[in-house]
Amino acid sequence: MSDATGNRNLVALGTIVRREVMRILRIWGQTLMPPAITMTLYFLIFGGLIGSRVGEMDGIRYMDFIVPGLVMMAVIQNSYGNISSSFFGAKFGRHIEELLVSPMPNWVILAGYVAGAVLRGVIVGAIVLCVAMLFTKVRVPHPLVTISSVLLGATIFSLAGFVNAVYAKKFDDIAIVPTFILTPLTYLGGVFYSVKLLPDWAEAATHANPIFYMVNAFRYGLLGVSDVSLGVAYALMLGFVVALSAIGLWLLKRGVGMRS
Amino acid sequence: MSLPSDGASPAPALRVSNLRKTYDNGVEALKGVSLDVAPGDFYALLGPNGAGKSTLIGIVSSLVNKTSGTVQVFGTDIDGDRDGAMRLLGLVPQEINFNMFEKPLDICVNYAGFYGIPRAQALVRAEEELKRAQLWDKADKMSRTLSGGMKRRLMIARAMMTRPRLLILDEPTAGVDIEIRRGMWQTLKAINAAGTTIILTTHYLEEAESLCRNLAIIDHGRIVEQGPMRALLAKLDVEGFLFDIDGSLPAQLPQIEGATLIAADDHTLDMDMPRAMDLNRVFAAFEAAGIRVRSMRTKSNRLEELFVRLTSKDANASQEQAA
Repeated sequence: MSDATGNRNLVALGTIVRREVMRILRIWGQTLMPPAITMTLYFLIFGGLIGSRVGEMDGIRYMDFIVPGLVMMAVIQNSYGNISSSFFGAKFGRHIEELLVSPMPNWVILAGYVAGAVLRGVIVGAIVLCVAMLFTKVRVPHPLVTISSVLLGATIFSLAGFVNAVYAKKFDDIAIVPTFILTPLTYLGGVFYSVKLLPDWAEAATHANPIFYMVNAFRYGLLGVSDVSLGVAYALMLGFVVALSAIGLWLLKRGVGMRS
Repeated sequence: MSLPSDGASPAPALRVSNLRKTYDNGVEALKGVSLDVAPGDFYALLGPNGAGKSTLIGIVSSLVNKTSGTVQVFGTDIDGDRDGAMRLLGLVPQEINFNMFEKPLDICVNYAGFYGIPRAQALVRAEEELKRAQLWDKADKMSRTLSGGMKRRLMIARAMMTRPRLLILDEPTAGVDIEIRRGMWQTLKAINAAGTTIILTTHYLEEAESLCRNLAIIDHGRIVEQGPMRALLAKLDVEGFLFDIDGSLPAQLPQIEGATLIAADDHTLDMDMPRAMDLNRVFAAFEAAGIRVRSMRTKSNRLEELFVRLTSKDANASQEQAA
């Protein structure tokens, strides 16, 4: 790839990311505000009212225990929701054609949309973390693990949201996966409890849930405790990123749901 | 892949060879289409609805995957170097395809960005193109608030942001009033005069006749005629006229050998006659029948006549084949 081509690709990538960020900010009432309100309620009800009766989880105050899970839940849901609605909206409004007729390579299209979705996930995650600081003292003993696990989690679910948007034919199709797959996996991924509380079969089943590894890696970053080994968590997360990226690029190359 | 340049014969702006497209539902939209468009040309691609025009344009602009055949834009093959070919191409599609929730300025600047044009340069170009499209005063308005004609002009401005060498317009004036349409013609003429090759599809045959130098007529996925506009129009051996009559028509219309004469209404006669026929014979017959002609005009657009003949001939042939 020549320098000129590399520069053009960078400009194209920056344009998609900028457009995505402008969209997030333009409709902030739909993108940034709801997770802040929802998570405040979670902290109030589960952390404050119920949490005070729960006591400790894994030797940590319950309010502190749920902070990483709630932040990761917001990151995952918003990354997924951003790319699925934005990319499907572009297909529905036909302005995806602006990208398809342009000379930019497929990886730039995918990277641009994923970067936009990851940014929304990170912004929302930061907002939720700020809300959490109103209820408890947040320390970050392992900042690199904290940041990398958030970025990997957001990337995985951005890529998954992209695949969903490619196959979606109507707006209902981008709501099915979050409702019937993402939300149950998130709630069963150890956001509100330690997996050690579960019966053996349920604990084993939880290990098949990718969100469980993301929540625990992030919990290790914030609290220094985790139900799984960090090595396994990172290997799985990187594996998902590679596999979903390959699927996304293949879908773009074939033009599935985009080119007739 | 680029064709070798020998300096004497520049590569065609568009070369389509034996292009075929069969959709997943079995519809054969293109059945071996081949055409060349010379650099600098203003080329019309005509055909009835469903003839295959939009499929052809879709393949050239990489929105539709071809079944077989080759496409080259200024010698650059879309299979060998898709990105290089797309860099030379601008597309104004039939349907509005920009984000209605963005402003015209952002639409143009972002579009340029997708082609790798830096934002500072894109902002300058956007001002030029939006001014040319008479949309500069709407640059910061939400694009969904623009009128239909404005939206069409915005798509032309957007396509010109990348300074394409080949501009393809798929029915750019569909649904706009005559004043705006004529304004768009002036814009397209200026773009072509500045060196951009233009391929235009339209259902307004008057538009094609007044703008284009060469044309192809496509029907049922095949090119049924192509060549210079003048040469094709010269093939027409029949002309049509409308005569406005003073007073009422006689009960029995005169019989004129070789011509077909019918009453369009109580005060208008409609006539088709061979091009070689002497009009004095017609007027002599009118005189003898007591018909006084107040004025006369060409009945229809000549290109329309050619178009109807070629496409109806093709339809008849298809029906015969089917039978």
